[in-house]
Amino acid sequence: MRISKEGIAMSESKANKQTNTVHARRALAYTVLILLSFLCLIWFYVLFINATRSNNQLKTGFTPFPSTYLVRNMTNLFKGSTPVVRGMLNSLIIAACSATLCVYFSTMTAYGIHAYDFKGKRAIFTFILAIMMIPTQVSALGFIRLMSRMKLTDTYIPLIIPAIAAPVTFFYMKQYMESNLPGSLIEAARIDGASEIKIFNTIVLPLMKPAIAVQAIFTFVASWNNYFTPNLIISSKMKKTLPILLAELRNSDWKTFDMGQVYAMIAFAIFPVIVVYLLLSKYIVGGVTAGGVKE
Amino acid sequence: MEKTVHKSNNVNKHNRWGYIFLIPFIVVFVIFQLIPLISTIYNSFFENYMSGLKHVGPKFIGLANYAKLFSSGDLPTYFKNTMIMWILGFVPQILVSLLLGAWFTDPSLRLKGQRFFKTVIYLPNLIMASAFSMLFFTLFSDSGPINSILVSIGIFAKPYSFMSHVWSVRGLVAMMNFLMWFGNTTILLMAGMMGIDQSLFEAAEVDGATARQIFFQITLPLLRPILIYVMITSLIGGLQMFDVPQILTNGKGDPMRSSMTLIMYLNKHLFSKNYGMAGALSVILLIITGILSMIVFKVSATNENK
Repeated sequence: MRISKEGIAMSESKANKQTNTVHARRALAYTVLILLSFLCLIWFYVLFINATRSNNQLKTGFTPFPSTYLVRNMTNLFKGSTPVVRGMLNSLIIAACSATLCVYFSTMTAYGIHAYDFKGKRAIFTFILAIMMIPTQVSALGFIRLMSRMKLTDTYIPLIIPAIAAPVTFFYMKQYMESNLPGSLIEAARIDGASEIKIFNTIVLPLMKPAIAVQAIFTFVASWNNYFTPNLIISSKMKKTLPILLAELRNSDWKTFDMGQVYAMIAFAIFPVIVVYLLLSKYIVGGVTAGGVKE
Repeated sequence: MEKTVHKSNNVNKHNRWGYIFLIPFIVVFVIFQLIPLISTIYNSFFENYMSGLKHVGPKFIGLANYAKLFSSGDLPTYFKNTMIMWILGFVPQILVSLLLGAWFTDPSLRLKGQRFFKTVIYLPNLIMASAFSMLFFTLFSDSGPINSILVSIGIFAKPYSFMSHVWSVRGLVAMMNFLMWFGNTTILLMAGMMGIDQSLFEAAEVDGATARQIFFQITLPLLRPILIYVMITSLIGGLQMFDVPQILTNGKGDPMRSSMTLIMYLNKHLFSKNYGMAGALSVILLIITGILSMIVFKVSATNENK
């Protein structure tokens, strides 16, 4: 009796101690998480506040409360000499076309490797994996020279068409097919006499929807954010994308500028993305890992 | 495989479609990546640049461009700058990500609001790097809000010129890289941690191991492959560091080119049409990333065989 009582008392105190340490660790975890969230968000908060203030108000130093100049800053920005709306539209067109071509043809390439047996298949697959990590910048020199020889500089073709050959998206699609594309469905369609291209378009593509959504978002964002290549290719003012316009803002004599307008432009580049991200965050945060890393 | 034998006629007829479906990828790859790459390598052996309005070359000069890159000290300096800013961002990134990953996956903590925190820490990754960098430039400028706050709460007597000190510029670049990538790394590491056999943790807990012991004795060793993956891919990304320092310092890498990265240097050569040097620099970058990705390849291959 005595021994078992002691035993119970001991395990109780141990359990108490454990709950205490769990409480302490939980408190620490929340503190760190809140601090990091603050560190991630504070910049955008300051950006928002400053975008609502006039140039004169901005000169007097920072206040944590918004002012009333947001609409005026925005209209000044839109009426100004920098074609920001056009720039956003250009970025949108390039990113949307790139994302569409990239997911369609990457799925097609992955399907070609996944569903068929042919000579050299292993070699091609290994080759695509091997070139996956090569940065686009290392071939930029040859790229811009070839584009100017093909008379494609200052057009969107060099910014859109290369998205068709995207090894990373291909790899993701291939991984996804391995676990989510039943061969029996394809067989059944073949027996029904559907052509291979029709099978791909009407059966494979719909089955790949979740993977396509994730990859379309990531390709869109990568193209949207790209500064290096468009900067080398595009030269006319009305064709420039948002990142190039931002770089030009930095390059100009910005000290003489209406700072309210400068903040409005940065806000114009950042906040639409944040809104879209919050709407799609479920797919994005989930999509980072799914198929990306094999574990 | 049995299927192939079973209906070999049927399948053989279809298999040529494998080639057809690969055509778009291969054609685009050859035109937009392979030919440019070969032409880049070819150009690296030629003297070919603009001197004012005069075009010098192209003239074959063997490895002279490479020799010049090393002997002028430019390449070592910019490589060093790139690595310093990468390390300054990567070390806190991997430590914070490990910590957060361990907390998020710890069943005894049962953290609430995980989706909220994950959404917030991933957010900076999607922001246009050029816009983020321009934002930091305005926030940290001499008359910007950060200086205004720091002066008003009495940390500084007068505004600190963040943009004209070596370590504050490097620090800002590293901080932006940290903010943009720690959410991504946390999510990757979490996936790795959740892949670990739960019974190992249970057994350790029964044996009376503390959370710290479990982390260092079980989680960390089992995460080794994914940690190596994260580190090398981050290093490859770090070598490509461009947008953030380019916009922050207006392409100059100030002060005294102390924040000039390899790709910023490449970009400069491309704009001044110094094709020989740009080519040599590209080839060196290609070799470095080639070696690094071979390591990733090896690590993930041995991982698959397990």
